[in-house]
Amino acid sequence: MDRVDVLFLYRQMLLIRRFEEKSAEMYALAKIAGFLHLYIGEEAIAVGAIAALRPDDYAISAYRDHGHCLARGSDPSHVMAELFGKSTGLCRGKGGSMHLVDAPRRFMGGYAIVGGHIPLATGLAFATKYQKLDLVTVCFFGEGAVPSGQAHEALNLAALWKLPVIFVCENNRYGMGTPAERAIALYANVAKTAHSYGIRAERVDGMDVLAVRDLMHKVVEQVRAGQGPFFIEAMTYRFMGHSMSDPAHGHYRTKEEVEEHRTRDPLLLLKQTILSNNLGAEADFIQLEREVGEVVTAAVRFAEDSPFPTPSALHTDVMREE
Amino acid sequence: MVLSYREALNQAMREEMRRDSRIFLIGEEVGYYQGAFKVSKGFVEEFGPQRVVDTPITEAGFTGLAIGAAMAGLHPIVELMTMNFGILALDQIVNNAAKIHYMSGGQLSVPLVIRGPGSAAHQLGAQHSQSLEAWFCHVPGLKVIAPATPHDAKGLLKSAIRDNNPVIFIEAQLLYGTKGDVEDREYTVPIGVAEVKRSGGDATIVAYSKMLLLALEAADQLSREGIEVEVIDPRTLKPLDLPTIVASFKKTGRLVIVEEGWRFCGLGAQIAESVYAAAFDYLDAPILRVTGKDVPMPYSRPLEDAAIPDKARVIEAVKSVCGTQ
Repeated sequence: MDRVDVLFLYRQMLLIRRFEEKSAEMYALAKIAGFLHLYIGEEAIAVGAIAALRPDDYAISAYRDHGHCLARGSDPSHVMAELFGKSTGLCRGKGGSMHLVDAPRRFMGGYAIVGGHIPLATGLAFATKYQKLDLVTVCFFGEGAVPSGQAHEALNLAALWKLPVIFVCENNRYGMGTPAERAIALYANVAKTAHSYGIRAERVDGMDVLAVRDLMHKVVEQVRAGQGPFFIEAMTYRFMGHSMSDPAHGHYRTKEEVEEHRTRDPLLLLKQTILSNNLGAEADFIQLEREVGEVVTAAVRFAEDSPFPTPSALHTDVMREE
Repeated sequence: MVLSYREALNQAMREEMRRDSRIFLIGEEVGYYQGAFKVSKGFVEEFGPQRVVDTPITEAGFTGLAIGAAMAGLHPIVELMTMNFGILALDQIVNNAAKIHYMSGGQLSVPLVIRGPGSAAHQLGAQHSQSLEAWFCHVPGLKVIAPATPHDAKGLLKSAIRDNNPVIFIEAQLLYGTKGDVEDREYTVPIGVAEVKRSGGDATIVAYSKMLLLALEAADQLSREGIEVEVIDPRTLKPLDLPTIVASFKKTGRLVIVEEGWRFCGLGAQIAESVYAAAFDYLDAPILRVTGKDVPMPYSRPLEDAAIPDKARVIEAVKSVCGTQ
């Protein structure tokens, strides 16, 4: 373990956490509208997995995508501006929370039809193989997408053609309000789904960013070397509701259950590891809080100060003109 | 040179694939089987299985894969064995291919052709005899092309492949064997440009794909009866070349629109609305539509014939707008 590395991972997770807490505040103030799905509690997966990528590798996600986008290095100000629907947003205000895209950072988007982006990931991987590039594609999705037909078609194609794609299933136990055991035949071991296509799979503690990163380092190396796809089931828990309109606990899970999982908060776990291994001190965390706080405050200010798109933007980008 | 519609499509793809290694063909049976309708005859020999990719029967999966590959800079041509099977890929086409450029604020593009036969052939039953072009035309972000002749099929497919947007390219099973003159030299037909296929001053017929041939036959017979019909093939359904249609309508004041698809919410309704809005004052008679009947396609031949526009119905409609009936 390296001090710089672990503090970087902590900072990335802290950025996502504070960014999203601020987004929730802005939602309450009606600065952000529509659907807002928070990643709070699941940060270790995006941060750990993306830490193992090269800048030219592809990443693609579902609708709970703020964490992946920020972990990929997108400017928080432009992400916040997108949530505000401003013209300075990553997608000029046309995407919104669920459809963040940052093409220069190879973040190929958030997609909001469950399972629908998994074939796209196989296509990105197909393209890099076709172009004889040694790139990998990482596809993030929730366990709720696993039973979908599109997921299965994509897994079959990825295995059939040995595509360099890593499927990262973020198993947060609930597809909206439905627990995995009421939705997925192989709920006790979702990774087994991949085995039925001959895809190697492994389960990891998705609250432990170092475990995610270390597994990803190993997997990325194998996939980059041409050994075909890999499926990771990262066990996690969403601390907030499914979206802003869903309370954190109530109809489908108890307050006690949420509290129990909060004891394994990925930020808390990493902080304990850092402190017990003498890789950092309280002062480092105070410093990181201050830095991240400034970034988030600046992001909100930037979003507030930015203009909304003008009506002339309505019809641009429907078709590519040249 | 005289080519069949099938050969014209084959040539278009072959020429483009020779020109640009980013282009690949993907779909069911496109490789070693050479296409369910033999459109990709000889391709796997020339381009190899890396560029002529046989897929399992998973339309959503391989269409989505092609969209992802297009996002990464390739130019896929997806062959749907028939357009009916595109329904299985509709989430990919509508939610991903058509919207990604817009949702990303122009950062990502999807240069993609999805092609295959639409409309009825002979007695293939309800699930294999559909004209779904209106569905695709309804979705912002897609271009839709439905050529009727080998010349147009070749030139438009080349343009579609060179376009940087998702293009739905609708062929017709009964057109594959039809023959026509195709230019010997390299050429393309621009997307969004209609063609006057026959000149006349008494009435205008707008018809595309297989229905163009029907309209031309009807026009021949009407001519012998003294009615000169102008026949316009939009060729591209979206973006529609309204000015060419309106120019003809302003000359004749009478319009019949022929389409094989279902009547309710059909493409002809949109064309009629557009013409009414653009040239109401030129109207000498209400615009008439000759369409498929609003029923699932029956198997039995007489019933199937009754469900699809025929020459008699086109002639009757023209005579009606001309007031000679």
